[in-house]
Amino acid sequence: MSEIARIPGRNAGLTPGMVLPWALAALFLAVMPLIFASNSAITIMNQMAITIIFALAYNMLLGQGGMLSFGHAIFMGMGGFMSVHIMNWVERYELPLPLPLLPVFGGLSGLALAIVVGSFSTRKAGTVFAMISLGVGELVAASSVIIVAFFGGEEGVSGDRTYGLPFFGIEFLRQIEVYYLTAAWLLISALLMYLWSRTPLGRMANAVRDNPERAEFVGYSARWVRFHSFCASGFFAGIAGGLFAINYEIVTEENLNLAQSGAILLITFLGGAGFFFGPIIGAVLFTLLQTVLSLHTDIWQLYLGALFVMTVMYFPGGLAGVLMMHVVPARLGRLHMLVMPYLRTLLPAAIGIAGLAGVLEIIFHRRNMATGDEEMTLFWITFDSTSPWPLAIALGVAAIGIWIARRTAPALREAWEAANRIDLPPSSEGRP
Amino acid sequence: MTAAPTTAPAALRIEGLRKSFGPTEIIRGVDLSIEAGERHAIIGPNGAGKSTLFNLVTGRYAPSAGSVFLNGQEISGLPPFRINRMGLSRSFQITNIFPRMTVFENVRCSLLWARGYRYSFWHMVGRSRELTEATEEILAQINLTARRDLPAGVLSYAEQRALEIGITMAGGASVIMLDEPTAGMSHSETDHIVELIRRVTEGRTLVMVEHDMGVVFGLADRISVLVYGEIIATGSPEEVRANPKVQEAYLGTTLEAG
Amino acid sequence: MELVLVNLIDGLVTGLLLFMLSAGLTLIFSMMGVLNFAHASFYMLGAYFAYQISVYMGFWMGLLIAPPLVGVLGALVERYGLRKVHQYGHVPELIFTFGLALLIEEVVQFVWGRDTMPYDIPEILRFTAFSISGYAIPAYKIFMIFTSVAIFVVLLWVLTRTRVGMIIQAALSHPQTVEALGHNVPLVFMGVFGVGTALAGVAGVIAGPVLSTFPGMAVVLGSIVFVTIVIGGLGSLWGALVASLLIGWLTTFAKAYNIRAADILTSLGLTPPANVEESIWRDIWTVTSPQIADILPYILMVLILVFRPHGLFGKRDA
Repeated sequence: MSEIARIPGRNAGLTPGMVLPWALAALFLAVMPLIFASNSAITIMNQMAITIIFALAYNMLLGQGGMLSFGHAIFMGMGGFMSVHIMNWVERYELPLPLPLLPVFGGLSGLALAIVVGSFSTRKAGTVFAMISLGVGELVAASSVIIVAFFGGEEGVSGDRTYGLPFFGIEFLRQIEVYYLTAAWLLISALLMYLWSRTPLGRMANAVRDNPERAEFVGYSARWVRFHSFCASGFFAGIAGGLFAINYEIVTEENLNLAQSGAILLITFLGGAGFFFGPIIGAVLFTLLQTVLSLHTDIWQLYLGALFVMTVMYFPGGLAGVLMMHVVPARLGRLHMLVMPYLRTLLPAAIGIAGLAGVLEIIFHRRNMATGDEEMTLFWITFDSTSPWPLAIALGVAAIGIWIARRTAPALREAWEAANRIDLPPSSEGRP
Repeated sequence: MTAAPTTAPAALRIEGLRKSFGPTEIIRGVDLSIEAGERHAIIGPNGAGKSTLFNLVTGRYAPSAGSVFLNGQEISGLPPFRINRMGLSRSFQITNIFPRMTVFENVRCSLLWARGYRYSFWHMVGRSRELTEATEEILAQINLTARRDLPAGVLSYAEQRALEIGITMAGGASVIMLDEPTAGMSHSETDHIVELIRRVTEGRTLVMVEHDMGVVFGLADRISVLVYGEIIATGSPEEVRANPKVQEAYLGTTLEAG
Repeated sequence: MELVLVNLIDGLVTGLLLFMLSAGLTLIFSMMGVLNFAHASFYMLGAYFAYQISVYMGFWMGLLIAPPLVGVLGALVERYGLRKVHQYGHVPELIFTFGLALLIEEVVQFVWGRDTMPYDIPEILRFTAFSISGYAIPAYKIFMIFTSVAIFVVLLWVLTRTRVGMIIQAALSHPQTVEALGHNVPLVFMGVFGVGTALAGVAGVIAGPVLSTFPGMAVVLGSIVFVTIVIGGLGSLWGALVASLLIGWLTTFAKAYNIRAADILTSLGLTPPANVEESIWRDIWTVTSPQIADILPYILMVLILVFRPHGLFGKRDA
């Protein structure tokens, strides 16, 4: 009984441990534009915030519900299109709808579409669900070019966010005002989605993911649980769409096509579908890669594709999974044991991969350069890409780096096992 | 006891139940009545259809013919979740838990519907002291309190079997059906599980399929023998043991208790 | 009447091409439970490999060498990629093949660039086989029909007359039993994956010259192939055949006959809005069948799923 007596303090009420992360997040979001004040930085941060909401919504399906969707962008897109239309209607008919509330309507349109699609797609999870999501996604994307009245055809639908009355004196003319609006919605949506995962329905979504049959034998219809998750996910995706509409004032077919759906799967999986914060990492990282890496190389999508395939094969928990693998060594106070082995393996590996990237970049440059434009700059070194030496050097660096990494990998594995070894298994007591 | 009409309906009544897979009839007309509070074991040689019978009663398969009544209400043809909500819960021969969730979550999820949370998204499960206490109590009963925060998938086989029983009885169902609860267990583990079953089914109706005759004769008030899809005998352990048809089916050897 | 015949031939070509992809996909799915998202990417590789070979050795060597090359690549992917992911379950497998599709597209762009390849019909087949009241039927179409039918006859023979075929047949209806067969199953998996991708490769080799060989060709066909096997019923070869032909003819006829929605709606007794151009329903009233030909398969899929969740011929769930 002593066990039970201990519990109430642990579960009841709001504890600092629950409030603190959210307060810190709010503070962080408030301070960011003071540090990165340039317009382009704020644009990137807005993009990140929208992607985070979308990725979190997507993970309500993938990570929490075990449903793999290849067409989830249609819900964000629907939210976006409806929001732009509402923007225009509000302007034309002078309706009293303040801009900050617009994402709610984006969410509701995402929800409405999700109710329709979910009614037949959530019957099964797994492969069948994935295929249906792909088909429906393709259907909506293709219809968007045909139904011009709603989707605006090739050029999409545009609006003006500075319609109507100022909201407490704010007209949303400036980027920074939009940032705070987006950040506020990010915080609200993330909090709601987190809380959702703590409700009976959110818990049962996990249960149905793990074992739909067992869930049915404890009283829950697996299909009905999936349907609820699906609708909630559609709602939050719609909110992301509404925010997109506010930010860019234009929504096109590109917002709901399969490429967009694939991107959100990639983001969520890279970040880690198994943890609530995984998609957040994924969204931040992806947006950075997209904006920074694409400035420096034309073949960044090749790297991204390779990174993704490697992640699926070797780290199915994504980046969040890799981070959380270190919780046990950290609890045991043995993280320091990993520092040197990590350096010995990961540093050469990084150099090797850089060499490999160099090889690809040189080949790419040779084949795609304009005549007379042999000069290229790679890792701050400028050289003639047609000369055999740079290629040979890059190949050599790649080979040596990877060779060293392979040599030191067993030592890393040993160190890893040592850092994770639990000396006294606490399992001897309490066996049934 | 068997034929006497009672005022309360039987906890579980099976009438003329049949099931065919393709041309093969696996269950060939089963009639069985189990009184409330009874501990009833179903035994029979391999391939007799015991698990199929379980799956028919609990809604995993739809019967080809016949009816099943739970506390007087017909349940045949209903989906499993409806049957569960009406007060029947089961375990599985092959361990069937929520492997990626913690032990605590496994038990708590099995409590949710019975505690009236249904498809709620306006309650926080962690905020309910009553829910937490009920979960802790079940964990204590199945001796898994020390394991509460581990993912269920990493538990030992015997622990998973105990958890399976915990999940099965958590919702407070009045009829508990256990499919070979001691399968694959060592002798001492079996003793633990039997003790556990005895404790948690106190005041409830228990129906179980079991191969271990020691467990059967130690636990059951009444026994039914299923052979080739038909019940050839039902009665107290002594009656069943003395039944010549049963002895013939079992070749007289395995029915020695112990 | 003659136009119907022409369209029947055109639809048959499209349908058989689809079936070459969906047959391999179905075989792989039935055996391994894996839906190979990258299947159309192997089709694309078939076209590119064949083009590259044809540059040096001509079209016929391409037809001969490219498919086995694709098949070997597919087998390697199964052995060193998919088998590793298999332990995590079917959803990660699907994600893996999705990533593979992305990667293959990027690699193809890296190696061959973004432009369409000048991969063309061989000289010897560049004539008109026959004409149907003025509509010329190119010999290449007849060649495509014969090639695909020949491959199916071989496939059918292997499936029904050989020992390996028996195992695969058994896997179609009783996958668990075959899984219980023991140690040779991984090899059969690898083989089936290789053969399935090789089939996709053949489709790429013969479709490349007519549907053009470019980095987007996998995406164009990819989702249609998945829709096909969903309509046919996951795991059913006959379903895949029927659905492939159905989609082939459906899209061909929708493109050939300009059926206007306005005509259908008025024949249903509806009156068009006074000013069609201004109405919010204008797209519904002005749409024509060639416009929606490419999305008809998706509409068909949704209808099938609503009214017949297991597809036309499907019996089991994924």
